[in-house]
Amino acid sequence: MKKQKSIPEPNFNRFDLLSDEIVFLILDSLDDPLDKKSVSLVCKSLYAIESRHRKILKPLRSEHMKKNLIRYPFISHLDLSLCPVITDSSLGVISGYCKETLRSINLSRPRFFSHVGLSNLLVNCRNLVEIDLSNATNLKDLAAASIAEAKNLEKLWLVRCKSITDIGLGCIAVGCRKLKLLSLKWCFGVGDLGVGLIAVKCKEIRSLDLSYLPITNKCLFQVLELQHLEDLILEGCFGIDDDSLTALKQGCTSLETLDMSRCQNVSHIGLSSLTSAAGCLRQLSLSYGSQVDLALADSLQKLSMLQFIKLDGCQVTSSGLKAIGICCVSLTELSLSKCSGVTDEGLSSLVTKCVDLRKLDVTCCRTITYASVAHITNSCTSLTSLRMESCTMVSAEAFILIGQRCQFLEELDLTENNIDDEGLKSISRCSQLASLKLGICPNITDKGLIHIGNCCSKLIELDLYRSAEITDSSILAIARGCTLIETINIAYCKNITDRSLVSLSKCSKLNTLESRGCPLITSFGLAAIAMGCKQLTKLDIKKCQNIDDTGMVPLAYFSQNLRQINLSYTSVTDVGLLSLANIRCLQSMTVLHLECLTPSGLAAALLACGGLTKVKLPLSFKSLLPPPITEHLEYRGCVFQWRDKAFQTDYDPKSWKLQLTEEE
Amino acid sequence: MDPEERLCADLSFLDHGMRIEQKISDFNPPAETQSSFACNFDNQAGITSQKDYQMNVAQESNRIQDWDPRSTLSSLSFLEKKIHHLQDLIQYITGRRGQFTGQSDELLVQQQMLITADLTSIIVQVMSTAGSLLPSVDCSHVANPSPSAGVSQNVVLPENYSLNKVEDLTGYENCTVEDHELKSEDDPDEGENLPPGSYEILQLEKDEILAPHTHFCTICGKGFKRDANLRMHMRGHGDEYKTPAALAKPNKESGSESILVKRYSCPFVGCKRNKDHKRFQPLKTILCMKNHYKRTHCDKTYMCSRCNVKKFSVIADLKTHEKHCGKDKWLCSCGTSFSRKDKLFGHIALFQGHTPAIPVDEAKASVGPSDQGQISEATTKIESKDFNFKSNVVEVKGSGNDPTNCFSPLDFGDSNAGEFHEFPRPPFEDSESSFSFLFSGSCDYSSKNGRY
Repeated sequence: MKKQKSIPEPNFNRFDLLSDEIVFLILDSLDDPLDKKSVSLVCKSLYAIESRHRKILKPLRSEHMKKNLIRYPFISHLDLSLCPVITDSSLGVISGYCKETLRSINLSRPRFFSHVGLSNLLVNCRNLVEIDLSNATNLKDLAAASIAEAKNLEKLWLVRCKSITDIGLGCIAVGCRKLKLLSLKWCFGVGDLGVGLIAVKCKEIRSLDLSYLPITNKCLFQVLELQHLEDLILEGCFGIDDDSLTALKQGCTSLETLDMSRCQNVSHIGLSSLTSAAGCLRQLSLSYGSQVDLALADSLQKLSMLQFIKLDGCQVTSSGLKAIGICCVSLTELSLSKCSGVTDEGLSSLVTKCVDLRKLDVTCCRTITYASVAHITNSCTSLTSLRMESCTMVSAEAFILIGQRCQFLEELDLTENNIDDEGLKSISRCSQLASLKLGICPNITDKGLIHIGNCCSKLIELDLYRSAEITDSSILAIARGCTLIETINIAYCKNITDRSLVSLSKCSKLNTLESRGCPLITSFGLAAIAMGCKQLTKLDIKKCQNIDDTGMVPLAYFSQNLRQINLSYTSVTDVGLLSLANIRCLQSMTVLHLECLTPSGLAAALLACGGLTKVKLPLSFKSLLPPPITEHLEYRGCVFQWRDKAFQTDYDPKSWKLQLTEEE
Repeated sequence: MDPEERLCADLSFLDHGMRIEQKISDFNPPAETQSSFACNFDNQAGITSQKDYQMNVAQESNRIQDWDPRSTLSSLSFLEKKIHHLQDLIQYITGRRGQFTGQSDELLVQQQMLITADLTSIIVQVMSTAGSLLPSVDCSHVANPSPSAGVSQNVVLPENYSLNKVEDLTGYENCTVEDHELKSEDDPDEGENLPPGSYEILQLEKDEILAPHTHFCTICGKGFKRDANLRMHMRGHGDEYKTPAALAKPNKESGSESILVKRYSCPFVGCKRNKDHKRFQPLKTILCMKNHYKRTHCDKTYMCSRCNVKKFSVIADLKTHEKHCGKDKWLCSCGTSFSRKDKLFGHIALFQGHTPAIPVDEAKASVGPSDQGQISEATTKIESKDFNFKSNVVEVKGSGNDPTNCFSPLDFGDSNAGEFHEFPRPPFEDSESSFSFLFSGSCDYSSKNGRY
C-alpha cells in the first residue's frame, strides 16, 4: 500500500511513523464512528489510512457517490437506505468503482433505479453476497432475472417487492444457488410454485421469511425438506391450515426458529405435526393465533429446547399457561403482550416454573395484580427486561418488589402504571437499567425521579411522556447522573423550562429529544441543546410556542446530524425554516400550523433542503406551492404528506385530562 | 435370441450400403426387403472372424442374464421425458428462427449456444440410456461408439464404412433435429422387443406415403383411395382374394394367414426408421409411418394462422396446436413453452440450468419507454423547469445535461460536500455562498412567484 507523504513541513509529522497496520488496529478497536472521524482529521496520513480502513459506508445522498467511493476504495458494505434517490446512473458509478470489493449493498429505501442499473451492478460486483432490495415495489421479474446473475448471493431481502412473481423468483432460485437467507415478506405475487422451486434449487437455505405469501402446504412440504433450514417465518400465511399440516410426514429437524403468528387456520393439531421432528426448536411465535390452552401446551411438550415463546394477542387460559410452565422449563423469554385471559393464577404458576426467565412482556395484561408481580419477582430474579405497560390493576407496592428483587433489569416499561415515588426509589437500585419508560405515570414526582438520576448511571432511554408532575429538578438530576442518555421524552411535562434543556445539553450523547407541548421552553433552551448535543438526530418541539427563529438559527449551525424535526405549532417563520436548509442531513420535516409561514418561504426552504425525503405539510399549502416545485422535490426523492387537521389550542386535550383524573 | 444373429443384422448394412442405395433409386420395395434379409447371412463369416466382436458378444450374453425389466421401464420413461424435451427444444428453434430475426445478434448467439449445449447433453443422455435399455441392443455401439465398432468395421470394409458413416450421421442428425414424430408412434420397446426377422418389414415409397390414401393393402402396404380398388389389388396376391366373398368385403381372415407381424420402414435412407439403419426401429402401423414421414422428411406446409410461427406437416398436429396456441404463456429459457405454470416449474425443477423466461411483453415494456423512459422524461422536464426557476431566483453557474449538475446550486450546503460531512463546517463563513443567495433569492422568488 502506498503511503501518502505529507508536504514537507518544518515539524516532522510523527504520525507518519505509525505503520498502516498499527493504525488499522487502533481503528479496529474504535467503535464510535465519530472517533474514527476524529482520527481522520488529525493529519493527511491518518486521513488516508482511515480512508483505506473504512469498510462500511452509509451515505445520506447519492450525489457525491463518486467522490466518496474514490476516497474509500475498500468499501465492502454499502448502505444506501438513507439516500432519497438512487438512479441507474448512480448504480453505474457504484459498480464502476466498487467492483469486486463490494460484498453487501442495501437498497431498501431509495427509488428510481430499474432492473438495468441493478443488472449493471450485479454484473460488475461479482462478489456481492448480500442485497437488500426491500420496498422496491416497482421492480418486476426482469429485475429478479438480473438478481439471478449474482451467483454468489447468500442473503437476499425482497420485502414488499410486490411486482415480482413466481417467474422472477424462479430465475433467482436457479441463478442464486448459494442463497442462505431469503426474505419474501409481502411479495404477494409469489406463490407455491416459486417458493417450491426455491426449496428445490437452493439447498443451502438457512433462513426463510414467507410472511403474508399466498402459499399453501404444497410448497411447505418442499420447504421443510431443506436440510439446513433454521429460521422459518410463516407469519400471516392464511393458506396453511391444520388439514395440510397433519398430512405432513416428516417435519424439519434442523429448525430452530419458527414464527407462525397470525396463521389463523393453524391450531395445536397442525403445530404439533409441524414441530414433531423439530426437537431443537428454540424460538416459537404463535402471536395472534389460536387459543393457548392445555391442548396447545401439550403440543409443545416435545420441544424441550424451547427458550422463547411469543404468544402476543392470543386468547390464553390459565391451565394453558400452567402447562407451558411445566413443559418448557428452560424458557428464557416469554411474551404475553396484549393477551386476553392472563390471570394471576396462570401467570404465577408459569413463572414459578420458569426460573430462568430473562425477558417477560405482559403489556396490557390488564387483569394481573400485585400477586403476579410478587411471583415474577420472587422466582425470576435474573430478569433483564420487564415490560408491563398498562397493567393498571397492579398496585404501587408491587413496584417496590421489582426494585428489591430484580436488580439485573436493563429494560423496564412501566408506561401507564400506578408506580409512585416509593416504587421509583426502589427501582433505582437496578443499576444496570438502560431503558426506563414512565409515560403516563401520574403518581411520580421529582422525589422519585431524582433517585433514578442519582443511581441509574447507565440509563440510555427515559420516557416521561405526560408524567405531568415532574419539574426541572428531575431533569437536572437525570442530566447530572445519567450522562450516557441518548433518548429522552418530556412531552407534555408542562412544568419543564429551559433549565432542563440547558442541563440536558451536557449530555453529549443525546440524539433524540421530544418535548412536545412544553410551553415554557424557549429558543434559548433549544440553542443550548443545539450547541451541546451535537449528536441530535431527532427533535420534536411541536406545540412549544415560545420557540421561534432565534432557536432555529443555532440549531441549523450546530446540529449537523439532525435528520428529523417537528416544528408544528411553534412560532418559527420563513427565515427559521429556511435556515434549517443548512443542515445537510435533514430528511424529515413536519411543518403544520406555523402561523407566519408563507408559501414562498416554504418553497424556498423545501428547495434549499436538498436531502428531504418526507415532508408533512398543511393541505392548504398544496394549492399555493407551484406544481413545478413539488414535482422537482418528488424527483429528488421527497414524499409529501398533506394534512388537514384542525388547529388545536389546548395543550392537554380533554380526553387526557379525563383519563388522568379517572385514574387518580 | 441369438446375439450373434442380432449383430449380423446390425452390421448388415455395412456391406450392402452401396447395394441398397442403388435399389433405392429403383424404388422397388419388396425386392429390397428381401435383399436385406438375405444379407443378414451373407456377412456372417466376416463378422465372426473378428475377435472384438466375439468378446462383445460374450459380455452381451452375461448382460442378458441380469436384465431387469424395472430398470428398463424407468430408463424408458426417462427417455420419453428427454425426447419430449428434445422435441420442444427443436420446435422452439425452428419457431424462433422465423420469429426473432430482428433480435440482437448477441442474444441470439447466446440462446443458440444454450440450445446447442442443451441439445448435446440431451442427445448424449438419450443415447446412453437407450443403449442400456434392453438385452437385444448391442451396448458396444453406445458405450464405446467409435473405437471398437468403428475400427473393426474399417478393417473389413474401410471404404464402404466411411461412406455409410457419413450418410448415417447426416441421417441421424436429421432424425434428431426434426424429430416430431415420437409422440404417438415412437414406442421404443415395441421395436426392440421384436427380434429382427421375427416380423415382416414393409416399406412404402414416398409417393405412396404422400398420396391421400385411406385403404391399405395388409400384405404389401400399398394404399388406395377406394376400397374397391384395394380389393381389386388384393387379387394379385393370390387366388384366395379372387372369391366373390373376398371381393365383396374386406377379408379379415387373410391377416391371420400371414404369420409374421408387419412392421413398417421409412423410405428415407439414414433415418432411424429406415430398415437399413444400424439401430432400426420399425414403425408399428401404416398411419404411424405416414405421419412419421411427413413430420420428419417433408416440408411443413401447414402454418398456424393464429401465431404465424408454428408450422406442421401433418394437419392433425396443426389442429392439436391450434387448440392451445397462444395459451402457452409459460416459457422456459430453453424455449419450451407450457400452458400451465406448474408444468413449467416442474420442468425447471427437473433440469439443471433452466430458468423461467420473462415474458417478452414485460421485457419489452421495461426496456422500452416505461420505467426508464419515465425517469428520463421527468429529468428533462425538471431540468427545464429547474432552469427557469433558477433563472428567476439566482444566477446559475451554468448547467450541463447532467441533472445532478443542474440541481447542485439548489442543493446548497452541499457545494463543498466532497468530504461527505466528515469535516465539521465552520458555522457561518462557509455557507455564505450558498446560504445568502437564498435570502436574496427568496425575496426575488416571491415577487416572481405569480408566474407559476
